Amino acid sequence: MPIDHQKNIIEVKDISFSYGDVEVLKNITLDIHEGDYISLIGPNGGGKTTLLKIMLGLIIPQNGAVKLFGKDIKDFKDWSKFGYVPQKAINFDPLFPITVREVVAMGRYGKKGLLKWLNKKDQEIIDDALTQVEMSNHANRLIGNLSSGQQQRVFIARALAGEPKVIFLDEPTVGVDVKNQEEFYTLLTHLNRDLNITLILISHDVDVVSHQVTELACLNQTLVYHGEPKKFMKGHYLDELYGKNARFVDHKH
Amino acid sequence: MLEIFQYGFIVRGLEAGILIGLIAPLIGIFLVLRRYSLIADTLSHVSLAGVAIGLLFKINPLWTALGASAISSIAIERLRVSKKIYGETALSIFLSGSLALAVVIIGLAHGFSVDLFSYLFGSIVTVKQTDIFLIFGLGALIAISIFLFYKELVYIAFDEEAATVAGLPVKIFNTLFVLLAAVMIAISIPIIGILLISALLVLPTITALQLKKGFKTTLLWAEIFSIFSIISGIITSFYLNISSGGTIVLIMLMIFGVVLLIKNYDQK
Repeated sequence: MPIDHQKNIIEVKDISFSYGDVEVLKNITLDIHEGDYISLIGPNGGGKTTLLKIMLGLIIPQNGAVKLFGKDIKDFKDWSKFGYVPQKAINFDPLFPITVREVVAMGRYGKKGLLKWLNKKDQEIIDDALTQVEMSNHANRLIGNLSSGQQQRVFIARALAGEPKVIFLDEPTVGVDVKNQEEFYTLLTHLNRDLNITLILISHDVDVVSHQVTELACLNQTLVYHGEPKKFMKGHYLDELYGKNARFVDHKH
Repeated sequence: MLEIFQYGFIVRGLEAGILIGLIAPLIGIFLVLRRYSLIADTLSHVSLAGVAIGLLFKINPLWTALGASAISSIAIERLRVSKKIYGETALSIFLSGSLALAVVIIGLAHGFSVDLFSYLFGSIVTVKQTDIFLIFGLGALIAISIFLFYKELVYIAFDEEAATVAGLPVKIFNTLFVLLAAVMIAISIPIIGILLISALLVLPTITALQLKKGFKTTLLWAEIFSIFSIISGIITSFYLNISSGGTIVLIMLMIFGVVLLIKNYDQK
């Protein structure tokens, strides 16, 4: 199925959000199109994770509206269209007794619905997800015994097992070493280009992601910039985001 | 050895024990992995207040214990979700509050003598035939619920946020789960006693976790440790004429110690 890059799949309109008196997001309007590979960047406390959680319906903004696939978020039911790769370091108990395969199988659970067991087709989809992230050989190992890079691949496979149209990733490379980070981004590009999955990636690593993604959205309470990474790097947006003295080394890959 | 089966109470004790032993790890594994172990402790103290009320009004204390712990479990979960107070302070309010209530009721009734002691530490002598039916019925309810909602409960225990994003009704399952835990605690009272219930729920799982296996295999080992401890505990307590609850928990602790030792030896 050809993808329509003009089609809005997530429409964020005039969102504002405060935690108590602290305003985190102010009048954010942002459209995400089918097939986008977009990174939300910005300083800590700039509202990246809050915006992500609003788009996923985990928190409800005080003002504004969110539409997912053309539907108001309140009426949206088809959550299996979304995959989610959480910020691993926070959400994950390394002693939890669970194998890689059992984790990836969870990706099918939301899709199956209550009181339905996984069948042979589900198992094939799980196998396929493991193959995509090159973790088939580790299927029966405990997730706690893997390296951070491998664990992150497993969480991607879990998202893939739900056959999503969109995958959200919250700072997925925290704690992953540089070599594995490169492989990780190669995998993400593959998902975006070959499997046509829309990717929304939170990162603090402006420098790295600007070479990977097709779009950047920079948040510091307001939406400071939204567009191609190239223009962003040429402009003076970094000053605005991080202050005048911030410097980034621009690697030429 | 066979003569012990001539006694009706030991047969009833073993029947109830095996049922409890089978079901306890189904609840225990989720309690441990969700860091809910203290909830078990709190609910068991709440059920002491329930037992006291039952003894005072001469109702089967298992029913009143069940009611008290079921109602409290929902209240505790609501407090936890509301985040108005810290999770563990909600637990200590219920723990000490219900203990206070129990003590006052016991005082009002001028003590219940022997009966109360067997509720505290478990005594198979007091298990009646109606209790077996109750344990069987409610135990089946727990087992079937866990079986039916296994995949959702595992997902939520492992990653509550991702489960929410996937569209699972997380709040409903959290409430259902604490309610099942409350039922589990109430039906465990006759065999293991109020003060030792959390050990029954937690120890077999903790032991199985040391083996470092996947979820289903861990659960299977917890079942094996649990049932073995209960059967051998009941038989030992009969021959030595000691409390069944205490004996079972000591056997569970011994198995835990042995498994730890073997694990350490393996790593060297």
